[in-house]
Amino acid sequence: MTTPSQTVGPYLAIGLPWEDGPTVVPEGTPGAVLITGCVYDGAKDPIPDAMIETWQADPDGRFDHPDDPRGRVPGFRGFGRCPTGPDGRYRILTLLPGPVQGQAPHIDVSVFARGLLDRVVTRIYFPENVDANAADEVLNSVPAERRHTLIAGKTDEGYRFDVHLQGEGETVFFDV
Amino acid sequence: MAAPTSDHLILPRYRRDPEGTHPPLDSPGYRSTTFRHPKQPLVLLPQKLTEVTGPLLGPGRLGEHDNDLTKQHEGEPVGQRIIVHGRLLDGDGRPIPDSLIEIWQANASGRYRHIGDQWPGPLDPNFTGLGRTLTDSNGHYEFTTIKPGAYPWKNHDNAWRPAHIHFSVFGHAFTQRLVTQMYFPDDPLFFQDPIFNSVPDEKARQRMISRYDHNRTTDHWALGFEFDIVVRGREQSVFENEEEDE
Repeated sequence: MTTPSQTVGPYLAIGLPWEDGPTVVPEGTPGAVLITGCVYDGAKDPIPDAMIETWQADPDGRFDHPDDPRGRVPGFRGFGRCPTGPDGRYRILTLLPGPVQGQAPHIDVSVFARGLLDRVVTRIYFPENVDANAADEVLNSVPAERRHTLIAGKTDEGYRFDVHLQGEGETVFFDV
Repeated sequence: MAAPTSDHLILPRYRRDPEGTHPPLDSPGYRSTTFRHPKQPLVLLPQKLTEVTGPLLGPGRLGEHDNDLTKQHEGEPVGQRIIVHGRLLDGDGRPIPDSLIEIWQANASGRYRHIGDQWPGPLDPNFTGLGRTLTDSNGHYEFTTIKPGAYPWKNHDNAWRPAHIHFSVFGHAFTQRLVTQMYFPDDPLFFQDPIFNSVPDEKARQRMISRYDHNRTTDHWALGFEFDIVVRGREQSVFENEEEDE
C-alpha cells in the first residue's frame, strides 16, 4: 500500500531548504555544538545537490513526541535540515543528545540527493562516549571495521561527520 | 546490567514495506545512481525511540499563500490551473493529521526556477514552484497550482521526464519519512522514464499516478486531481523489556 519513494532530483533547493533548517537551536544557545561535514560520491567528489536531515533526542534523552512513553517534552525541535553547498558541505547547529533507552547518544540522519532513489539513513555517534559506544547495541551490530564511519570527529567548534555514499570508507547505512 | 529508564517501554513498530515497493538504490537506467548508491549491504536498525518518534512540525512553518502556488506573485502564472488534493494515510488507512507536506515543481513550460536548469523553456515571473501545507484533522491536504510541463534531461537520448510534482512528507515518525513524485494519468512519457520505472512492482508504480477527479474540478476555474500518499503502517504496540531480552 505504501507510496514508493522517488529521488528529490537536482532541484530540491526550490522546495526543501528552510532559513532556520540548519539551526536545531538558535545561534548563541548555551551548549550548542556545530556538526559539519561533506557528502561524497563513489568517485570521491563532493555532492553539491544533497540534503541532510537530522533527528535526535534532547540533552536528557527525551523527545517532543507523543510516542515517547515517558511523556512528551516540548521545547526542543530535535530536527535539522541542511542542503549541501557547492563544496558538498552541510552544517547543523544543535545540542548534544542524551542517552536514549540504554543506547549511546546518537543522531539519526537521512541523506537525500539526485541519484538517490530513496533516502539513505545513518547515525552520528560521538567520540567522547567511549564506554557507551562500546556497549551500544546498534554499533555492535555493525562490522567492527566499519564502525568508525558512524563516529564523528572532534573539531574546535564541535564535530565533523562526513558521508561517503559509496566506495572506500563507505558510510554504514541502515535499513530502518 | 541495569538499563536506566529503558525497560518497560511500550513502543509502536512500523512494518517494513514489501519487496518491490521502493526503487533499488542501484538502478543503472538512471545514470545518476552510478556513483551515488551504497555498495555495502544495509544494516538492520532495530526501531527504538529515535526511530518511532519524529519531527512534528506545526503551522509556524507556513506562509499565507503557501498552499496556492498561483497567488505567490503579482500576477497569475501561465498554464493549466489545477487543484491537487488527497489524504496522507498510513499503511492501515489511518489518516495522519496536522502533518507538514511540501511540494516543488517545474512551471507550465517544464522549466524549474533553479540556476541548474538552463534548457530553453521560458521561466514564468509569476511562478516559483514551491508549496507547503498541513494536513487537516482528517489527513486531507489541498494545493492550487498549475500543471507542470515535461522537461528534457541528459540521462539518455531524447530523454524527457513525465510531468510530475515532488512531494515531501514526514508522517508521524522517522520511519515514515517519504519523498516521492506525483505523476499525471496517461502520460505518454512513462515508457522511457527510468525514475518512474525504477519502482519494480507495477502496482506500486501506479500508486504514484494521481487520479483525475471530476468532483473536485471547478467549473471555469481548475481541473481536479486526487493523490493519496501512503506511508508505512504501524503494528500494535509492543511491550519491550530490555532486561528480559538479554
